[in-house]
Amino acid sequence: MFTNKKYRAILRSIGVGLAVLFALVVYAYGFQVTKVNLEETRSPRRQEQLVRILRALARPDIFTYDKIEVRVEQPIMVPCPAEGFVPPSVDPDEPYLVVEPSCAAPGETVTISGFNFEPNTRGPIAFIPPSEVTLQLGTMEVDANGQFRVEVKLPKRSEEVVQYIRATTRENVGPPKLTKTALDTWEKIVETIFLALLATTIGTILGVPLSFFAAKNIMRDVKSPLISIALNILSIPVAILIGINITKVINDLTTRFVFSGWGELVGFILGPLLFVLVFRWAVPAVEDQSPTLGLRVARVASLLLSSTLLVTSLKFLSNLTIRAGDFLMPRLGGWSFIGKFVRDLGDILGMLLVVLVAAAIAGIFSNIADRIGKKIAYKLPVIPAKVITMVITTTAFASLLILIMAGINWFYQLNNPVVLYWYPGGIGALLGLATSIKLAPKDDLPVGIVIYYVSRTIWNGLRSIEALVWVIVFVVWVGIGPFAGVLALSLHTIAALTKLYSEQVESIMPGPLEAITATGANRLQTIVYAVIPQIIPPYISFTMYRWDINVRMSTIIGFAGGGGIGFLLYQNINLLNYRAASAQMLAIAIVVAAMDYLSSKMREKFV
Amino acid sequence: MLIVKNLSKIYEGGVQALYDVSFEVPKGQFLAVIGLSGSGKSTLLRCINRLIEPTAGKIIWDGVDITAATQDEMRYIRRKIGMVFQHFNLVLRSKVITNVLAGRLGYVNPAWSLINRFSKEDIQMAMKQLERVGIADKANHRADELSGGQQQRVGIARAMMQQPEMILADEPVASLDPVLAHSIMQYLENINKEDGVTVLCSLHFLDLVHRYADRVIALNEGRLVFDGLPEEINDQKFKEIYGKDAERVG
Ligand SMILES: Nc1ncnc2c1ncn2[C@@H]1O[C@H](COP(=O)(O)OP(=O)(O)O)[C@@H](O)[C@H]1O
Ligand SMILES: [Mg+2]
Repeated sequence: MFTNKKYRAILRSIGVGLAVLFALVVYAYGFQVTKVNLEETRSPRRQEQLVRILRALARPDIFTYDKIEVRVEQPIMVPCPAEGFVPPSVDPDEPYLVVEPSCAAPGETVTISGFNFEPNTRGPIAFIPPSEVTLQLGTMEVDANGQFRVEVKLPKRSEEVVQYIRATTRENVGPPKLTKTALDTWEKIVETIFLALLATTIGTILGVPLSFFAAKNIMRDVKSPLISIALNILSIPVAILIGINITKVINDLTTRFVFSGWGELVGFILGPLLFVLVFRWAVPAVEDQSPTLGLRVARVASLLLSSTLLVTSLKFLSNLTIRAGDFLMPRLGGWSFIGKFVRDLGDILGMLLVVLVAAAIAGIFSNIADRIGKKIAYKLPVIPAKVITMVITTTAFASLLILIMAGINWFYQLNNPVVLYWYPGGIGALLGLATSIKLAPKDDLPVGIVIYYVSRTIWNGLRSIEALVWVIVFVVWVGIGPFAGVLALSLHTIAALTKLYSEQVESIMPGPLEAITATGANRLQTIVYAVIPQIIPPYISFTMYRWDINVRMSTIIGFAGGGGIGFLLYQNINLLNYRAASAQMLAIAIVVAAMDYLSSKMREKFV
Repeated sequence: MLIVKNLSKIYEGGVQALYDVSFEVPKGQFLAVIGLSGSGKSTLLRCINRLIEPTAGKIIWDGVDITAATQDEMRYIRRKIGMVFQHFNLVLRSKVITNVLAGRLGYVNPAWSLINRFSKEDIQMAMKQLERVGIADKANHRADELSGGQQQRVGIARAMMQQPEMILADEPVASLDPVLAHSIMQYLENINKEDGVTVLCSLHFLDLVHRYADRVIALNEGRLVFDGLPEEINDQKFKEIYGKDAERVG
């Protein structure tokens, strides 16, 4: 018993010893790989350097003064005249010099004392012969009392007349002024804040809708039969193609036929009016029962037509905005950036139009595909439902793989028709056939959960790559500058916010969701009435938090070419311009601290 | 007429909450559902409007097979079935009137309701329902400013906005002060007697059952153990429903 205890104690000691040894090895290796060099920290050269840098950092290059030269002169005779030389009396309230002796032989040493000078300044002591060609004799350093005392050697030349000793200092006059560095820093820090603002805005706009797809409690119940999925696979690419082409046609028509801004204005006003009229008819406020097929088709057709009108008028709006921007730019003078902004807004609208149209048409097609699929799956007898499902699923899977292959081909340029079409087509068809045979047509597949996992994976992947790395990618695309920074930060923000937001959606109270569903509301209505009111406060708080982070990130994003203050800081450090770097570091500290304070205050308010 | 036939529910984890439950509810009846907590009352009520998917069995309401309806068809079925919850399930950050109007969501066109637009008639109707439960003055307050009893009245008003033919009430008074319980139960009774709405209401206290229900069914561990009139629950039946350790107080 006793020996057993002792034995265990020994074992434990050995264990501890081994652990200590292991830790020793780990840290030794750590010192080795991180090249810890204590010698270097003690070397006088390094220490001197460090002191210099720290002193420079302690004096950020922010303020400067206008300077004037103050010249103080005192007559002297070289050599001494026979009758001697008495210097003129001085005003004891002004800066003055005392030369001892007041006359001397050429080449002799005299002592020059100064009084009432600007404390802690330095400057040259010069000798002024009658020719006014100044000869520097030495330099003086004024002490804290405004006095100095130097010994200088007189030049070896004699003159009959009075010559002068002159002490020159530079004095600060007037109020302090900002240095060029301070102004540059200010400009860049503003750029930094706006860079963060833009990235946060873009991230929020995209992150809010995307977060619902990454929320399990919303996606869990989204289920569809196989045929609906297959119809979606087939129809969405077609819808996107149609969307792109419709936009193209509209762009062509609007540029070809409407030349004047007035025509565009009329078109822009008429389009939405017509759309609202048609919309009111086609989408009645209250529906007592499912509409008949004929009515449905008529409604869809008229909606499509009026939507085209709406898109056209949006295009007009884009053109008009560009025109307005062009009109404003030369007329606003210093505010011309507002005109440029208006123009850019118009441009963005024009660029987004194609995305909007494609997304809208894809949405409509997807909705219809889902309905048709469900009708086939649930309402048809088993045999025809099964046959139709098999045919469509086979086609859909084959097309999907061919499409994916086309994407791969774009990267690798394989350009081999067998690899491009027959392999993926064949494999897809087999997969589709197998799935559709195995599953009953009525089986509901958890599409929502699949989308949930796919989007989670994508956002986690994007989030794990730092914005600083994304900058490098975007610099290749749009060049060095703040725009690359905006894009990089936006991407990271979307990924981060989508995750944060979706966790909020997942943690809402399920009760209201259940209650709203029970009233017969559809999924979208449930989200608007039960989910959104619950997530607004955390969404605002996370957006603020993210802006705070983005300001921090945008201060360093310039290191990789992404614009903002980091660029200046990087440059000044490389140029060993530490006083300027210090100004920028100070600016970063102030802005980050201010953002931190602001965002925590705002978040307190909303949570 | 609501017909529940051989209804069973097995949850994903394998818990069987309902075993082969069958019963019928004639139109206009006030049916109480009793049983210990965990006996399956909530599961049963939620199977009827398919907030929970039944595992087996059929639910037929006025000739329509609810269990066979597609999701789209459920919208039209659900809007005729109001639901009242133990924890009220209001959207606390929304206004009272918005909570009540949410009861119309099954009727209004999704495209309009998404931009928070309800017709004048709907708004008038919401005000009328709030008057009926006596809290019209709170219409523009946020729901979380209301007391529990007031919140449950908003819950009833929301259910009434659906112009329901049936109301499922899942322990509507269990988280309220006993004094308030009667006032809430009286609203339900009123809706049942005056508007002829069928009410299925799960309850804890037998005195409430005696006072308000036309008929009682009882569940014990997912099985239907009693189906009859409230006054038929004698001491022996009571022990069958609540277990032999239970003491009758009410
Ligand atoms: N979502 C769920 N998943 C798994 N088991 C559940 C779930 N909801 C309820 N249950 C179980 O089903 C049984 C019946 O629950 P419930 O219907 O809530 O009873 P009651 O409403 O009578 O208290 C209980 O054993 C409960 O634990
Ligand atoms: Mg319950």
